[in-house]
Amino acid sequence: MTIIYAGMFYIATLLLVVGLAYKIYDYSRTPAPLKIPTTPAPTTQKGVAYRMAKEVVLFESLFKSNKWIWVFGYLFHFGLFLVLARHLRYFTEPVWFWVDFIQPFGKYASIMMVVGLAGLLTRRFVVDRVRYISTPSDYLMLLLLLAIGLTGMMMTFVVHTDIIGLKAFFMGLIYLDVQPIPQDRILLVHLALVALLMVIFPISKLLHAPGVFFSPTRNQVDNPREHRHVAAWAARLDQNN
Amino acid sequence: MAAAEFDIPEIKENIEVPKLREGVMAHARTFPAAQPIQDYLGYPHELGDDWKERAIDKMGDMLGKYRSLKVFLDICVHCGACTDKCHYYLGTSDPKNMPVARQDLMRQVYRRYFTTAGKLFPKLVGARDLTKEVLDDWYSYYYQCSECRRCSVFCPYGIDTAEITMVGREILNHVGMGQKYSNEILTKVMKIGNNLGLPGPALQDTLEGLEEDIEADTGVPVKMPLDVKGAEVLLITPSADFFSEPHVESLIGYAKVFHAAGINWTMSSYASEAANFGLFDANYEVMRKAAMRIRDAALELGVKRIVVGECGHAWRVAYSFWNTLNGIGYGGNDPFSIELQKQLDPTYPQPQHICEVTHDLIKSGKIKVDPSANDDLVVTFHDSCNVARGSRMGTEPGGQFTVPRELIKAVANNFHNMADETIYESTFCCGGGGGLLTDDLMEVRVKGALPRATALNNVVKEHQVNFMAMICAICKAQFTKVLPKYGFDMSMVGGVHQLVSKAIKLD
Ligand code: SF4
Ligand code: SF4
Repeated sequence: MTIIYAGMFYIATLLLVVGLAYKIYDYSRTPAPLKIPTTPAPTTQKGVAYRMAKEVVLFESLFKSNKWIWVFGYLFHFGLFLVLARHLRYFTEPVWFWVDFIQPFGKYASIMMVVGLAGLLTRRFVVDRVRYISTPSDYLMLLLLLAIGLTGMMMTFVVHTDIIGLKAFFMGLIYLDVQPIPQDRILLVHLALVALLMVIFPISKLLHAPGVFFSPTRNQVDNPREHRHVAAWAARLDQNN
Repeated sequence: MAAAEFDIPEIKENIEVPKLREGVMAHARTFPAAQPIQDYLGYPHELGDDWKERAIDKMGDMLGKYRSLKVFLDICVHCGACTDKCHYYLGTSDPKNMPVARQDLMRQVYRRYFTTAGKLFPKLVGARDLTKEVLDDWYSYYYQCSECRRCSVFCPYGIDTAEITMVGREILNHVGMGQKYSNEILTKVMKIGNNLGLPGPALQDTLEGLEEDIEADTGVPVKMPLDVKGAEVLLITPSADFFSEPHVESLIGYAKVFHAAGINWTMSSYASEAANFGLFDANYEVMRKAAMRIRDAALELGVKRIVVGECGHAWRVAYSFWNTLNGIGYGGNDPFSIELQKQLDPTYPQPQHICEVTHDLIKSGKIKVDPSANDDLVVTFHDSCNVARGSRMGTEPGGQFTVPRELIKAVANNFHNMADETIYESTFCCGGGGGLLTDDLMEVRVKGALPRATALNNVVKEHQVNFMAMICAICKAQFTKVLPKYGFDMSMVGGVHQLVSKAIKLD
């Protein structure tokens, strides 16, 4: 079992890192030939950073758009963020100061996360417009995340797992010195689902996480009268005149 | 032309989000372009045996050239936030008019042919083979999108359905399914210089007639100069301004402004069109070719400033793309850009919107106006989508909203905005933009105007508004035709410079 899980995590990590790196490279090498920020847009690079920060931290556009999706989406993402941060304790020795600090919040953040996911899933069933656009993978993605959240909560709040052993396992993976994985069924399910999520990440809509930074309608500066913006493939046309 | 064989939607108190009704607009198909037009633009005119390969190849080509396309097709999470934001969905209740569903028509195919997940598990991720049925859906629904970008404001990742619609239309062009209306117009602008196919001598006649009208009306010899070498300003305006009503009233307004300010200006018979329908398909070269006429005219006439008349998508192309396409603007240090920059007056932004010009002239006292001349009117302002969400005026973000409003308030005493969620960046399209301003899409146009008609109706009831000002030739043509179907008088529709024209003091 230890060997299977160790192999699984090495492979999942490799696919995640290579897949994401490739996608990011692919996005950045693809030119945006025209200035298409959705205006009103910032007129400086700094302004763009601020606009992007508001999108990523506060989900500003979504807030303008739909309060229910915003509430559930925010609960889920913010919960997930705290939960992930809390999980750093299994990968760091000594545990970083701020990770310790958020430990108590991180525990309850899992509730936020699960509530948010449940809300989003409910919308998929209940709102006719959202039901219409949902594919099987949209439902499964939410179910996968819910299952990860719920198995995690089981271990936090109901039947504790062997945290010490788990940490030894992961530290072992990091230092290439594989240690036995605790034989706890809930934990094994939890970990298998996480590995699955890591594999899916770079080939699914989860790409919205890196992708938003490459969205030309959000990341471009509104200065077309002052700066000439020409893509390499388009600049060639100028030479024929 | 087919008579209206559809029900005109009823204006409710508020803009309501309808329950979806599948397929109700599948029948609305714009007329296809005939062979000579497709030939001229270098597209096939019918589906060949290899249409599928051509379509996929073209999609691959576009994916490599447009980051917007690649990123937008990947990152939509199907959250549904955009589903109630499109005026065509609100007006028709056809779910394929929801922005995300419109994107999905292409995304399904993209996933099938270009992504690992879609190649391995098509059903799971909603991937689909490209079939004739899918292609027909594209043709129906990519011509029920006015490329207004309203959805992009509300999407958490800024996904702009217009970008996808444009690419969809371009792929359709490449398999021989072009649109008659837009492609015909493009051939006219490239052959003759304007969308109407109005040749130079006819234009000269029209302008002389207008000069006579103005003089008869005001007693002042206001000129409409054409092809004047060495003029300071070159005015590029939509050709509809030359003789459509109410457009021409704005043209008269611009002429009076230049006259009153003592600016030496001209129009060009070679570049007698601000509109650039090349925007509506993602064909960069066609759009560039149309824009190059303006550069050539500017060089030929030796003008120092370039000013653009009232037209929404034209202003987007001019403001956002001209510097890229034809070098009208600053900051380029390549020979192509420098050639033109040497000639332009650096104390002005290039290009400038006519509203910016007039607004500055009034503020600095160089022209005088009497707003009481418009006291018979209670005015509201319709933000045109391409101006609102694809351009700017003035120096601050949002100047595209404040400059025209300040200008209106300077020339008219009674002004009321429509409801907040229907103006500024949330403005609703007139329903006829993006190449849909054709009689064969009348049902789409009428239904798509419902949200705007609703908002207008509310200010009419509350504030007795009797004039909706706007700065777009397409909006003007669309509203004069469509608003009467909702019971409004077409004289309610007009340009901002129509108001300026009434209020300006000439002596
Ligand atoms: S761009 Fe405008 S017309 Fe097209 S889908 Fe978006 S909201 Fe609708
Ligand atoms: S709002 Fe954006 S992410 Fe959400 S469904 Fe629409 S296009 Fe997709």
